[in-house]
Amino acid sequence: MNLARKLACVVVVFVCAVSLAANWLAPVGYAKQFREAPGAPPSHEHWLGTDEVGRDRFARVLYGTRISLLLAPAAALVSTLLAALVGGLAGYLGGIWLRLARGFTDLFLSLPWLFLLITVRAVLPLNVSPLTSVLITFLILGLLGWAAAARVLSTSADALRNSDFVLQARASGLHGPRLFLIHVLPNLKPVLYAQFWISIPVFILSEANLGILGLGVAEPLPSWGSLLRELEGLMSFREEPWRLVPLVLLIVVMTSFQMLLSKEEVTA
Amino acid sequence: MNMNKSVRRAFLQLLVCFFLLAAFAFAQNGGELRFCLRSEPKTFDPALVDDDASVAIRYLTGGVLVRANRKTQDLEPELAESWSVSKDSKQITFKLRHGILFSDGSPFSAEDVAFTMQRLMDPALHSSTGDAFRSGSGTVSTKIIAPDQIAITFPAPLAGLEHLFDQVAIMSAHSPKKEGAVLGPFMVAEYKAGSSVLLKRNPNYWKKDAAGRRLPYLDSVRLDIQPNRDVEMLRFKRGELDLINSVDSDYFDRLAASSPQLVHDAGASLDYEFLWFNQVASAPIPEYKRAWFRSVNFRRAISQAVNRDDLSRIVFNGHAQPAVGPVSPANKFWFNSKLKAEAYRPDAALKRLQDDGFHLQNGTLFDKAGNAVEFSIVTNAGSKPRERMAVMIQEDLGKLGIKVNVVTLDFPSLIERISQKFNYEAAMLGFRNVELDPNSQMTIWLSSGDNHAWNPQQKSPETAWEAEIDRLMRAQASTADPKKRKESFDRVQEIAAEQAPLIYLINQNALSAVSSAVAGANPVILNPQTFWNAERLTVNSQARASR
Repeated sequence: MNLARKLACVVVVFVCAVSLAANWLAPVGYAKQFREAPGAPPSHEHWLGTDEVGRDRFARVLYGTRISLLLAPAAALVSTLLAALVGGLAGYLGGIWLRLARGFTDLFLSLPWLFLLITVRAVLPLNVSPLTSVLITFLILGLLGWAAAARVLSTSADALRNSDFVLQARASGLHGPRLFLIHVLPNLKPVLYAQFWISIPVFILSEANLGILGLGVAEPLPSWGSLLRELEGLMSFREEPWRLVPLVLLIVVMTSFQMLLSKEEVTA
Repeated sequence: MNMNKSVRRAFLQLLVCFFLLAAFAFAQNGGELRFCLRSEPKTFDPALVDDDASVAIRYLTGGVLVRANRKTQDLEPELAESWSVSKDSKQITFKLRHGILFSDGSPFSAEDVAFTMQRLMDPALHSSTGDAFRSGSGTVSTKIIAPDQIAITFPAPLAGLEHLFDQVAIMSAHSPKKEGAVLGPFMVAEYKAGSSVLLKRNPNYWKKDAAGRRLPYLDSVRLDIQPNRDVEMLRFKRGELDLINSVDSDYFDRLAASSPQLVHDAGASLDYEFLWFNQVASAPIPEYKRAWFRSVNFRRAISQAVNRDDLSRIVFNGHAQPAVGPVSPANKFWFNSKLKAEAYRPDAALKRLQDDGFHLQNGTLFDKAGNAVEFSIVTNAGSKPRERMAVMIQEDLGKLGIKVNVVTLDFPSLIERISQKFNYEAAMLGFRNVELDPNSQMTIWLSSGDNHAWNPQQKSPETAWEAEIDRLMRAQASTADPKKRKESFDRVQEIAAEQAPLIYLINQNALSAVSSAVAGANPVILNPQTFWNAERLTVNSQARASR
């Protein structure tokens, strides 16, 4: 492991640990409104100042990081598993199944994501708690985000199906699910890992995009998306630099995730 | 010799006077005013105008018979020298000015007014301006009494009839240029779709200033199409734009901090933000919740539990006033001054709820059947002030043990839920009031109205107070007596305060920004706030360049 990867690993672990300890580290709850001090600059009471309605920004960054960092990998796991199921199996089975799966994934990829998300969000029940709403948001992201990974996986599985060692396994009498589980799936692991790690920042950014549109995580729960909305209308970086903290954190964590991937995984 | 001297002195004095006059005239004339439209104008046809951008262009290019002075709110003669309304409010007669020409040189007469009215009332045209004149079944007739006199007769009484003509831009009956021939101070010279609209001064504009100089002073008005408010503000700060008609409170304060002379807070506008509960009988919501929402005590309690002062101070940085009712205090004639905004009284709110059988238990409010009080408030995504207000109301109501879920939806989905499927519990929106007369609120108040938000399109009024409002609104619409009309509408405002079908939150202030290069600007609360007197504005391009 080179120095950059070690550093990235330390950053990700540190940010995850700090956000998991939000209950202890945050000076106040993320929803508590200090109405006498809206939009306050950093102070002893509020290390990163307060937002427009007087909520402690440091507490919101901690809780928001926890939500985005816990749920984005969960959504990535859902999408990777779906991709493995659709892409991996289609590639392994080949023939008509592969063509069908590719056609379906191409169709899915051509759908306008944002409009699809907005539509799905609009038909959901209204009276759900913020926590349920955030789970639903990330679940939707996971369920809709498998297609690109499935395409990559189907190509890899297709290549494996025609490889010498699978041919030899077939010649030895190994068929069906056993062949898939013992020989194909383990060889798809690097691609699955890569897709998983790549999906995490994609989902974090997707949630941030939805948040910027006001359609992400429900208030008063914070997420990186809702925290980034504070940057709307910021005329100058010098104006209130502490408002850039969520953006800086997002960039650092995203970069760290990318650096965690090995060269082989990136190539895969 | 002495005589020569005095002649020379007189000549010099004359010369100085001439140069001063010339300099003054030069300062008064010329220049290009630049500002942004926030969307593409949908039409240049004044009869079909329905969007803000087209309304702005119609205001600048259209000549009207009468104009509501945006500052005094009084009706003033324009193309009509005088007018008279019949006692039954069914007929209006205009006496027109002489010698007025359209921008293409064609003469203006009563024939053009008749043509404009006939076109407006053509059902096939679907003109929203014309809709305001549809008082009852039957046709609108026009009678040209003389080339400078016309009578327009409506099938049913129209209260405040003369005020409706503020929106009617007169079109030429004969000009081949159709809507290109205008009577207003400017005319459309160039339109680049998605980019800009250029208006040039109308060389035939009839108005003159006190010194006898022909208006407008400006040579042109450039309207850049720019939906992004950040970009609009940046361009204003760079001196590329001369004014912003409506500024968000955040931007306003930032600009005020650096250049206080450029911003104008004209006070409470006619617009308001409000919250309401779904009372539709067929709405897919639990019966016990419908019972809450139909209880006046519940609605009044919610209204008392909302801290409007905080909403104004925090969400709008103090550039808003707690709302009293459907009429803003800025509407000088129609506002019921006996009414006051609901004060923040959480204790009184809890008492009201207890009177209705609600009780607090471990920090949660329950109704008499034991259901925890929880409901959702839907609002449109992308409106930061509205989202902030929802979050603050969530916290305010949380203090009474009420759990509120805030849901932001894209606008089409929101409209579908609140006006077609009625699949919502509470909603929060804003109302942009462009007219002073309560007749513009008919569809909100009549129980059969489409915009009777809490329970629209009722076949017959479901409650006694809605029946009373129906009666009062019809009564005020069928009389021309302003005093009687005011009495009726005052009572409507009182019932609205007693029953709280709509919970009025705040009236936003009319905030605008005007460059120091613009002379003559006098921002007001009525639309168009900054350029209502565009014909008398001047722009000093040197001052603009030096900003």
